[in-house]
Amino acid sequence: MNWNAIAAIYRFEMARTFRTLMQSIVSPVLSTSLYFVVFGAAIGSRIDQVEGVSYGAFIVPGLIMLTVLTQSTTNASFGIYFPKFIGTVYELLSAPISFFEIVIGYVGAAATKAFMIGLIILATAHFFVDLTIAHPVWMMAFLVLTCISFALLGFIIGIWAQNFEQLQLVPLLVITPLVFLGGSFYSISMLPPVWQTITLFNPVVYLISGFRWAFFGMADVSLGWSVLAIAVFMTTCLATIGWIFRTGYRLRS
Amino acid sequence: MKDLVRNALLNNKQPAATLGDSMTTILNVSDVTKTYEGGHQALKGVDLEIEEGEILALLGPNGAGKTTLISIICGIATASSGTITVGGFDHVRDYRAARNLIGLVPQEINLEPFETVMNSVRFSRGLFGKPRDDARIEEILKLLSLHDKKDSRIMTLSGGMKRRVLIAKALCHDPKILFLDEPTAGVDVELRKDMWDIVAKLKQTGVTVILTTHYIEEAEAMADRIGVISKGEILLVEDKDALIKRLGQKELLIELDNPIEALPEALASHPLTVSDDGGLIYTYDAQAGSTGITGLLADLREAGLHMSDLSTRQSSLEDIFVDLVKEDAA
Repeated sequence: MNWNAIAAIYRFEMARTFRTLMQSIVSPVLSTSLYFVVFGAAIGSRIDQVEGVSYGAFIVPGLIMLTVLTQSTTNASFGIYFPKFIGTVYELLSAPISFFEIVIGYVGAAATKAFMIGLIILATAHFFVDLTIAHPVWMMAFLVLTCISFALLGFIIGIWAQNFEQLQLVPLLVITPLVFLGGSFYSISMLPPVWQTITLFNPVVYLISGFRWAFFGMADVSLGWSVLAIAVFMTTCLATIGWIFRTGYRLRS
Repeated sequence: MKDLVRNALLNNKQPAATLGDSMTTILNVSDVTKTYEGGHQALKGVDLEIEEGEILALLGPNGAGKTTLISIICGIATASSGTITVGGFDHVRDYRAARNLIGLVPQEINLEPFETVMNSVRFSRGLFGKPRDDARIEEILKLLSLHDKKDSRIMTLSGGMKRRVLIAKALCHDPKILFLDEPTAGVDVELRKDMWDIVAKLKQTGVTVILTTHYIEEAEAMADRIGVISKGEILLVEDKDALIKRLGQKELLIELDNPIEALPEALASHPLTVSDDGGLIYTYDAQAGSTGITGLLADLREAGLHMSDLSTRQSSLEDIFVDLVKEDAA
């Protein structure tokens, strides 16, 4: 293993995060705080408890997921797309590093950043709602695995994208709707039966459900399904990345 | 005459590409082909041997396959067939060992605009698996007259400075072979001379340099050997001085007391042309046993032409190159 190379990529990417602190961290925290103010405090105060949890607290796991999914995807996609765009990718391709090491560096940095933002939002949430975490270890595990899985997805998008529009397309048109419709702001038991069934095809439902279970001990789907969903998603992403590197898809001519 | 040049070159292709026993081959390219997806064949069976410590200039017109060849050796593109060994390591199977020996300075100025010079070079060193060593990086920056810019952001540097940053990034892991892909494309004369000095310094440190260029002047100034590539084929690889000597046509410029407009019939048997100022230009092969100059001078006297001055001119590498590539394109 070329550990120095992994560390170099990781440090380089993390340096970018800290260089663009406003955009990287302050902006997601601000937008999430606005969600708390609007949904949690203003509207949430008029909504009943959801399965014994106040609405303000209920949306916390969903809101963290919303930001973490978007952040890990966009961080990782930008991280690998930018060198392609400005041409510095030649360095990665001509260095004595394996593709696996490249992935660890980029995905690791993107996941770290998303994880940090997730924790910051969690801390911010404490200012707005009373929150207790029933299963802190599971909560952290879900958060870490989600960050990594979606950073892997982001990495794939970054390799696939040939312009900035395509880079934005997947997070904008796929991830945001899936998260909004995946029970961030409601329990899927609130939906009509038909929609409940349809919703089960949304993979994000399993993530949010599992994450919410770690907070409140209640879930839309069982914990096993949630764990399985993350495992399947991660395996699919890893297999896709493996294929990209074997074929050099959109990297090597 | 062009046919003569071409035949002389191609007949000598074999010994030119093979190195003597006493030399160590550091890079061996064997029958490498590259066909792009669209069907364009960029390389048609390239063979090349590079000796340790030499400077090879790969000359060729745009689209000849220079960058494709370098990209394949460095791992940026994949070959359709053929093998490459770097320091004895197969560049695919033992890619780590092979790439450790190589530094690449790409043609385009591809740099992270927001990074500082130091960070950017540190990153490159890290990619090559080397532990952080700022002292070594600073040495390299000094070699490249970049040291005072080490904390500057790359976006604030001039084009020439950026090119030096690219070289620093390529050198920071102490490679044995340095590829310079068109190092002076679009840079001013002064900087070009600086670049030549840098290459000379690198040669002193034992680094093997392979540079591509379409400036003949550059190849003449820097290289030990010259390779000519056109349409994906290496037309020749040969010692620079030997090449110029062997192929050099010489011209004898004859100024006359009384300029003439047309060549007198008495001199028609000589390869003469009338110059713009009414003098004569005699083209001959400097390597030939008989240059025919003695006979020419006698005939000139007989024709009643009085010479006021004589000078000779040797054809440059550029003339040779243009001939060669033009013939290849024909």
